[in-house]
Amino acid sequence: MSQIVHFHSVSHRYPGGGEVLADIGFRLAKGEMAFLTGRSGAGKSTLLKLIALLARPTRGQIVVNGQNLATLKRRHIPLYRQQIGIIFQNFNLLYDRTVFDNVALPLVIRGYAHEDIGRRVRAALDSVGLLHKEKAMPMTLSGGEQQRVGIARAIVTKPILLLADEPTGNLDPEMALETMEIFRRFNEVGVSVLVATHAIDLIQQLPYRVIHLDGGRISKDQPVAFAELDHE
Amino acid sequence: MSSAAPRPGLLGRWTQDHLREFVATVGRLYREPVSTLLTAAVVGITLALPAGLHLLVKNLSAISFSWEGSLQTSLFLKDSVSAARGRALAQELRRRRGVQKSEYISREQSLAEFRELSGFGEALQLLEDNPLPAVIVITPDTRDGAEATDRLMTELTRLPEVELAKVDHKWLERLYAILGMVERSVLILSAVLALAVIVTVGNTIRLDIENRRDEIVVMKLIGAPDAFIRRPFLHTGICYGLAGGAIAWIFVHGALLALSGPARRLAGLYESGFSLSGLSFSATLAMLGAGFLLGAIGSFWTVSRHLGKIEPA
Ligand SMILES: Nc1ncnc2c1ncn2[C@@H]1O[C@H](COP(=O)(O)OP(=O)(O)OP(=O)(O)O)[C@@H](O)[C@H]1O
Ligand SMILES: [Mg+2]
Repeated sequence: MSQIVHFHSVSHRYPGGGEVLADIGFRLAKGEMAFLTGRSGAGKSTLLKLIALLARPTRGQIVVNGQNLATLKRRHIPLYRQQIGIIFQNFNLLYDRTVFDNVALPLVIRGYAHEDIGRRVRAALDSVGLLHKEKAMPMTLSGGEQQRVGIARAIVTKPILLLADEPTGNLDPEMALETMEIFRRFNEVGVSVLVATHAIDLIQQLPYRVIHLDGGRISKDQPVAFAELDHE
Repeated sequence: MSSAAPRPGLLGRWTQDHLREFVATVGRLYREPVSTLLTAAVVGITLALPAGLHLLVKNLSAISFSWEGSLQTSLFLKDSVSAARGRALAQELRRRRGVQKSEYISREQSLAEFRELSGFGEALQLLEDNPLPAVIVITPDTRDGAEATDRLMTELTRLPEVELAKVDHKWLERLYAILGMVERSVLILSAVLALAVIVTVGNTIRLDIENRRDEIVVMKLIGAPDAFIRRPFLHTGICYGLAGGAIAWIFVHGALLALSGPARRLAGLYESGFSLSGLSFSATLAMLGAGFLLGAIGSFWTVSRHLGKIEPA
């Protein structure tokens, strides 16, 4: 099977809310990198949550790496999530631990040896330009720096699939481009990458597919960049 | 995508993970000394109570038993038993297990003794026959325990040569019965207090879980299995239990020290070789072990109940 993610007419509604996603069908090929766009509230985060099993679809089937998520047993969810690196829109860092410990956590969970952890964590921090902050507490970092800690934590385990929710939201253009570059390098060694983003002008310069959400469906339209908006 | 770097094997990993967590837990508790000590003290007091009571009962039965040695039993022989047979019987009895001393007192000796002690010498001379029976005085050897001693005494009274036995320790039997009841009560109390320890540790862990809810959510987000999330709480519970066990040991030991003076005086009064028995090595281990086990049960039970309710969304 050549897809890493496969949505079969997936719908999702939150309890008490309207339909956020309606009849979504798409595939992400193994080793592919793609962007997920759409206006705020279009359901980008929701779609990523469905892949990470943080929510269950109201209808339809999702198959990730050959595993139908509907049939995945509860006790196997942790192992399933360990295959995926997730970068969250709100970072989800542990604020009572150092940057180093935050990035080390996925490795500790997997039972890596102590020396091994140090080496891998430093490599990941180095790739997001935060090696000098390893002993800092997340609270003392800027938003963009915290975001990069989250990125380092997601890539430190070398997952087969990388999900990123607005990973450049707090970054300056240069840092944003650098971050996309990190994803590109990962993609080049075979990691599948799905990035939800508003950075339209940035992704327009990159050669990757764009999945655009509109009104809960996948739209043929392309996202509109800042420069293209009419304003009086 | 997996790397070539070796990961520790199962046992190595288990040891590594638990060591890592234990060090982290001790560090975390050390940084909050007041709340840690409070919980440990509650656990300690709860454990000290049954341990102290148990020790008290143990010592009381030792005291009462040490008195048994001073109790002699008189076997009054039938008149038909000859002096030779009586002497032989006393010899035989001396060889029995549980008999420390056995002394034959002939009718004549009894009479002489009685004369001397009672001052009724003149009056007795008026009697044609010696009215006193021959007696074998048995001093039991109490090493085999109160029950064995009792059994032996009953056996001796059933000997065909024995007319009557004067066993003067009904009150001791009553004391044993009371002690038995107290011992049983201590057992029941221990069970209740063990439950109290579990609940105390469980409640502390529950608050801990509430405080670290966000952390648990993040852990689950990045794929931490329940066993991993449970581990720090389990270690915390075990630390509380162990610290509680140690505190209980200190309490009980302190109480023993305070009691040792009066106990020596008491032993002196009763001329018994009794000495207050303290916390043995195995009793110390048992207290720490109980703390460990109850702490582990309390935290495991609580974490299992609450972990499933915390889910990332
Ligand atoms: N937990 C929730 N409960 C109820 N409704 C929710 C919940 N999360 C999101 N929604 C609703 O679902 C819709 C889609 O939300 P989602 O977060 O997926 O949008 P998004 O495309 O990621 O937006 P943004 O670009 O602002 O991050 C929104 O209308 C939101 O109000
Ligand atoms: Mg979003």
